[in-house]
Amino acid sequence: MPRPGFVLEVDRSTPPILFWRGENFSLEKLPAGRSRVIYPPEPLPALDDIDGAIRRALLNPHDQDPLPALLFPGMKLTIAFDDVSLPLPKMRRPDSRQRVMEAVLDMAAAAGVDDVHIIAALGLHRRMHEYELRHALGDRIFDAFHPRGTLYQHDAEDPDNLAVIGTTPQGEVLEINKRAAESDLIVYVNINSVAMDGGWKSITTGLASYRCLSHHHNPETLENTRSLMDRHKSALHQSVWRLGTVLRDHGPKVFQIETTLNTDMFPSPFGFINKREWEWNVKDRATFLATTKSLDRTPIRLARKIFHGIEGPHQMTSVQAGETDAVHKITLEHIFKQQLVPVEGQTDILTLGIPFVCPYNPDGVMNPVLVMCMGLGYLFNMYRNKPLVREGGVIIMTHPTYRDFNPVHHPSYIDFFEEVLSDTTDPATMSRKWEKKYAEDEWYRHLYRTGNAYHGVHPFYAWYWGAHGLQHAGKIIIVGGDAPTVRRLGFTPASTMDDAFEIATDVVGRAPTISHLHVPALLVADVS
Amino acid sequence: MSTKRSVSRHTARRAARVLDVASFALRTALRPTRQLGFPYRAPTTPSGVALPEQPSSLGADFETDWARRAPAKAARKLIVNGPLRLAVKALADPEVLGLDRLSDLSSHDDPPAVIFAPNHHSHLDTPLMMIAVPEPWRSKTVIAAAADYFFDTRIKGTLAALALNALPIDREVTGRRSSDMIRGLVSDGWSLVIYPEGGRSPDGWGQEFKGGAAYLSSRTGAPVIPVFIDGTGAIFGKGMKRPKPGTSKVVFGAPMWPVEGQSTRRFNARIEASVTALGDEVLTDYWTARQRAARGENPKLSGPEYQGWRRQWALDDRRKLGAAGMRRRQQRRWPDIGK
Repeated sequence: MPRPGFVLEVDRSTPPILFWRGENFSLEKLPAGRSRVIYPPEPLPALDDIDGAIRRALLNPHDQDPLPALLFPGMKLTIAFDDVSLPLPKMRRPDSRQRVMEAVLDMAAAAGVDDVHIIAALGLHRRMHEYELRHALGDRIFDAFHPRGTLYQHDAEDPDNLAVIGTTPQGEVLEINKRAAESDLIVYVNINSVAMDGGWKSITTGLASYRCLSHHHNPETLENTRSLMDRHKSALHQSVWRLGTVLRDHGPKVFQIETTLNTDMFPSPFGFINKREWEWNVKDRATFLATTKSLDRTPIRLARKIFHGIEGPHQMTSVQAGETDAVHKITLEHIFKQQLVPVEGQTDILTLGIPFVCPYNPDGVMNPVLVMCMGLGYLFNMYRNKPLVREGGVIIMTHPTYRDFNPVHHPSYIDFFEEVLSDTTDPATMSRKWEKKYAEDEWYRHLYRTGNAYHGVHPFYAWYWGAHGLQHAGKIIIVGGDAPTVRRLGFTPASTMDDAFEIATDVVGRAPTISHLHVPALLVADVS
Repeated sequence: MSTKRSVSRHTARRAARVLDVASFALRTALRPTRQLGFPYRAPTTPSGVALPEQPSSLGADFETDWARRAPAKAARKLIVNGPLRLAVKALADPEVLGLDRLSDLSSHDDPPAVIFAPNHHSHLDTPLMMIAVPEPWRSKTVIAAAADYFFDTRIKGTLAALALNALPIDREVTGRRSSDMIRGLVSDGWSLVIYPEGGRSPDGWGQEFKGGAAYLSSRTGAPVIPVFIDGTGAIFGKGMKRPKPGTSKVVFGAPMWPVEGQSTRRFNARIEASVTALGDEVLTDYWTARQRAARGENPKLSGPEYQGWRRQWALDDRRKLGAAGMRRRQQRRWPDIGK
């Protein structure tokens, strides 16, 4: 029986705690008597018969007819799926998307459906490489559909292939992929790693245009999103749900399939990551030492290759299908069952170890903008009710924060860092002054549509993702980061964790209380 | 010159004398046994007398327990991972597909024994399977081999058991002895490769599946893994004197269990249909194969109904589509971004 998550009060006998530092780790001693470490629950057991569970979900959907009853000869069927940003790290083959899609295709074949299109729901993310599509969908689906041109990736900048479904009472226009809009049925195949994903967000962002996304991907909405993991207190999700209502009332029929994964994220050589430090055995300690010492001497490119090559052993813990709202409700229950940890009260300081990857750099570089996005956008938002750190408190992150970018994946990030961040770090100002220029830049648009680049506006969205954290924190410190780069982000550099605590005293006094979020594995702190 | 000639004559005479002595010594040594005769020598059979039948130790009765003990396993591991793998790579250059379909079974703490049921075109199929079957099953797999072909002499049987971990099986009937032996092996965790067609294809097309795999699965509870092997018929099919190197594919299908109340015959038909669909998947693609499977239109492994040259002609066409020939090239599709 997996143990639930828990909060460790740090005392003098507590060993140093594991922190991610990009493509490496460190052990940091937290002050005794005023620090606590929030540990995630242990991974839940995976479903015994995954393929059987998928089939049962398709045949017994929630608030909708069974999938075979929705399929008929001559229909237009569109299957959309989550892109490469999920799950992290990529899961061992077969990926959940492949399993679900093969079950759907079996039923479509049995029903005599010929017109099937499979679309990667990218939103404004980069197009997936062939090896990524093969990994997510399997060779069988790729070889069957890609050569025919019926497996492709959504293009949010193709005016000929976008269709307006309707408008919300607030004036938000729902514009999505034309093929999906004109289909008799959209089957959405989702992977839910965190509570933020899934529901109506799947289609209304994954298959949407820039115009549609800009209604909720903006500083005002994201500053009022508290948090991204709490749908009912998230302005972003409220906007998405309004768009979802338009889709439900005026769009094609949607059959939503959502899956959840356990948090068994790293294979055995990295087993120490998922263990509590005082439970490390000789092997764990030896592995940690060997790993960190060798990574210290490994060229960064090779270290990235090693880390991005990791395939997580995480497995499916639930699969549910049917009407989007009904399905997502059950999905959230499963997500919180795996990730929720009750925590009492806020502290003055929140410490976060930033790993080598976030949803926007699979097989790429964790550039400085993404360090901010991962820390303030994702990890800071891993809460319900209240943030772990009090308003005006200090957030301390550990990451090398290299001034390094992947020019293929993140071309507009480079200019964003040099041009926009040297002008302002305020989300509202940059939105007013700079966003339009980047969003409508023809070169970025070309790279997004034909290469493997994120959309020109994406670095703004990554920055807005952290808008709530920026607004909430009194000071943000990065330990071990490249000092000029950290300063460009508007943060304070520190050499060591002790230095960071010393710097923080300006804001939080001499004896601040500290929370450390021990991720990964993923967890959501339910702060009372 | 004359001195040299006299020396060589002298040497020849001495050699002849030595040979004479040796031959005399041998004759003398053997004389007592010849004189002793039966019971020191085998009896002769009186004419007109029929000998009672002796229990056979060949064919299906060939003893192979030793081949599953540690020394033989270690030797086999060397053979399979060394010369056998190199030979198969050189001759058939296999591409193995569909292993992801076995991931659920292999992820068990104690992966269950399974029955692999491939189609059969060539003697190459068995070495190919020995290499293609993934761990954890590879090192604990026995091959069901035709008792009348591989175990008809002691030397052939010993080699087959050592190198391939072959197990003698009656081709026509799954006899009680074979069946009991396999049941015992499966309960000990040994997996099995059995060719449901019963033998290599005589003409390059498949043959009707016999019920062996389905019957054994029903009796042991082990799942059947349908497997389609493509290309080996063209490399070293039945009747070919020497192999013609080429490429091959091994496609694993999803595990199949007998459904409660379903007869062995029906289960066998399901296995055959599944291997047929995998064959279609190799020729076309996954989606086309699934669509045709749903309509019951996958091209039969046994080929067209007609006989004669047209059948052979159709086989050539099929091979052109399969791994043995050129597959249609897949072109990269560039996104259409208009002008």
